[in-house]
Amino acid sequence: MLSVPLVAQVGGTPLETLITKTIDGLALGAIYALLALGFVIIFKATQVLTFAHGAVSAMGAYLVSYFAITLNIPGRWIPDLPVTLQFTLSAVIAIVVAAGIGMALERVFIRPMIGEPLFSIVMITIGLDIVIRTIVGDYIGQGNTVVTGAPWGFLSQWKIGGVIIQHAQVATIIVAIVTVAVLMWFFKSRIGIAMRATAFDQEAAMAQGISAGRIFSLAWAIGAALAVLGGIFAAVPPRALGVSAGTAFFALRAFPAIVIGGLDSIKGAVVGGFIVGMAEVMAGHYLSSVTALGIGFNTVVPYLVMMAVLLVRPHGLYGTVEIRRV
Amino acid sequence: MRGRPNLFASYAAEQGILPTTTKKVSAVLLVIAAITIPLEVLPVLSQFSQPSWLVLLNRSLIFLIAALGLNILVGLAGQVSLGHAFFMGVGAYTAAVLGGTGAGLWSLGLPIWVWLPLSGIIPALLGILIAPTAVRVRGLYLAIVTLGLVFIGEHIFRNANSIAGAPEVGREWPRLELRIWKEENPLIDFASDGNWFGVSLPGEAKTFYFLLVMAIVFVFLAKNLGRTRIGRSFAAIRDRDVAAEIMGVGEFRAKTQAFAISSFYAGVSGALFGVVVGRLIPETWNLFLSVQFVAIVLIGGAGTVAGTVLGSFFVVLMPRMVENVTRFLGDQAIDGGVLSIVGDFVVSIDGDFGLISLSAQGPGLSIFQLNQVIYGLLIAVFLISEPLGLFGIWIRIRNYWKGWPFTY
Repeated sequence: MLSVPLVAQVGGTPLETLITKTIDGLALGAIYALLALGFVIIFKATQVLTFAHGAVSAMGAYLVSYFAITLNIPGRWIPDLPVTLQFTLSAVIAIVVAAGIGMALERVFIRPMIGEPLFSIVMITIGLDIVIRTIVGDYIGQGNTVVTGAPWGFLSQWKIGGVIIQHAQVATIIVAIVTVAVLMWFFKSRIGIAMRATAFDQEAAMAQGISAGRIFSLAWAIGAALAVLGGIFAAVPPRALGVSAGTAFFALRAFPAIVIGGLDSIKGAVVGGFIVGMAEVMAGHYLSSVTALGIGFNTVVPYLVMMAVLLVRPHGLYGTVEIRRV
Repeated sequence: MRGRPNLFASYAAEQGILPTTTKKVSAVLLVIAAITIPLEVLPVLSQFSQPSWLVLLNRSLIFLIAALGLNILVGLAGQVSLGHAFFMGVGAYTAAVLGGTGAGLWSLGLPIWVWLPLSGIIPALLGILIAPTAVRVRGLYLAIVTLGLVFIGEHIFRNANSIAGAPEVGREWPRLELRIWKEENPLIDFASDGNWFGVSLPGEAKTFYFLLVMAIVFVFLAKNLGRTRIGRSFAAIRDRDVAAEIMGVGEFRAKTQAFAISSFYAGVSGALFGVVVGRLIPETWNLFLSVQFVAIVLIGGAGTVAGTVLGSFFVVLMPRMVENVTRFLGDQAIDGGVLSIVGDFVVSIDGDFGLISLSAQGPGLSIFQLNQVIYGLLIAVFLISEPLGLFGIWIRIRNYWKGWPFTY
């Protein structure tokens, strides 16, 4: 069910191994951070915790493969295009399509539910998750894995002494940093300020002429786009061979990240994502020899870290503490 | 009283489990109808006496027990939980270890009256153990914590091979039969074909009767819980926890009790699920199973026992209904019947165009995938159009006929 990580051969001194694993952890953390950011942006704007995130990310990753490999856009018209450009273009198209689908989902399924109990809305997103996951699964095919054709090659890597750095990991980290930077810029822009205002106080924002409905749509579009971005990196080596039924489950492990950081904290999503990624990789390497913990223990480490954090801070590291009154 | 069914002269009368004559009569009729299903007395219900339908009805009854537990936690106490499958798994493997047999596995081979109660008690104790973590967090944080519980549980079940069997393989489960101790022949066998009071019944029918009794007991207990001090404290915590605390209802105590009771229901249901289905793999107790129970509670109508009963049958039997409709359309398309054009468009035969394919290959969704899509859409559409679920629809129908022929 969970994606099989392709572990690179680790050689060298313990310190070199540690550095290799740290980079791996940062790369995995970057994916979780991207996914968690989508969750948090949607949550902050609409107070909805979406469970359809994993399905949307798998759909996006499949769309990249569909555009880049099956349809061969734009290589079918312009031959001899560099792979990087082709992949990037497909990714951009997939992100735009997914953002559109995210907006449509919000408009059709979430908008009528404003004011309903939180859990009912969560359940609706679970229903949407089942639908999208099944349809995407039908396109992928039972037990199939669809490659997305990443431009940095299959498991290509740099070797500096005993330290192994995979190109994919570097790409993931760079994309995550750029995305966070763009988001930071965006939240300072006019629309971004409107978005923050709506998240802070919806009625006051509406009194200032901000359309709350548009902000909801925008939040879902950004959320879906981030889900796709995370999904693309979750579906390339070294995380997985390609898009499969397991890609949708990758986002479920971003849940601990958002809870550790706090459900309504952008900063928390990024920090939580990296904590979870690091914890998972380190446990996968250093605890794999402890047989008592069982096979695949690293995949439950995020949840254990989450529970430990919640015992100390019930609203996560940066989450707003809920004021309880009669 | 007869002419004024809504006039209650005392608090006790109003809080009755079946407060009106109509409810009493319809409950008795429902039970009688359920009893007659395997006997093929009533022509309308006789098609449900086929073993393939009885298996589904049995599953509905098992799911009903677990859903009642979740309803207490979600509907009555207002605590969002996605961890029901974990407690079901714990109950199931308690039963498997205590009652099961099998080489290379932990199994004690004890009779049903030992493993069935303990399969509820052990998860309940575990619920109490986990409650301190769960009580501290609220709302969506709790949903994710319980979600984590399912994943941790799945990991444990997958690795505890001497308890749960090998991953993707599973283990031998106890048989559904009553023994006094470990003697050779069981006192009552609920699992294999045989005669009961001169009526020859298939094993599924005997299991059905056993589960029916269990379900009635648990429905009664769940309904009764709402009338007790504990049930009222749950409702107070759900409606406004701070206000409830000011009135002297202990939040920690009430939430812990809610977790324990709901885990008891889940454990018993999980044990029965494992025993009746048999050969369940350790991956059974996953998020999808939890989601099914949340779907049952929300589709049925959160907080209502009648809604949970409706929801259990609806969610479990719906896939079979969808399959029947699809097969009917497929037959129509092949035979060229009245609906052949519709059938040809919807169903794909031999890989031609169609939204649904009857074979696993070819374009279009398979019947299993179609079921999934309809299931997901149903949850979403249902909650948008009718937030009170099936129970809400029933209330509207009832109120319409109450005032008939006047509109109100």
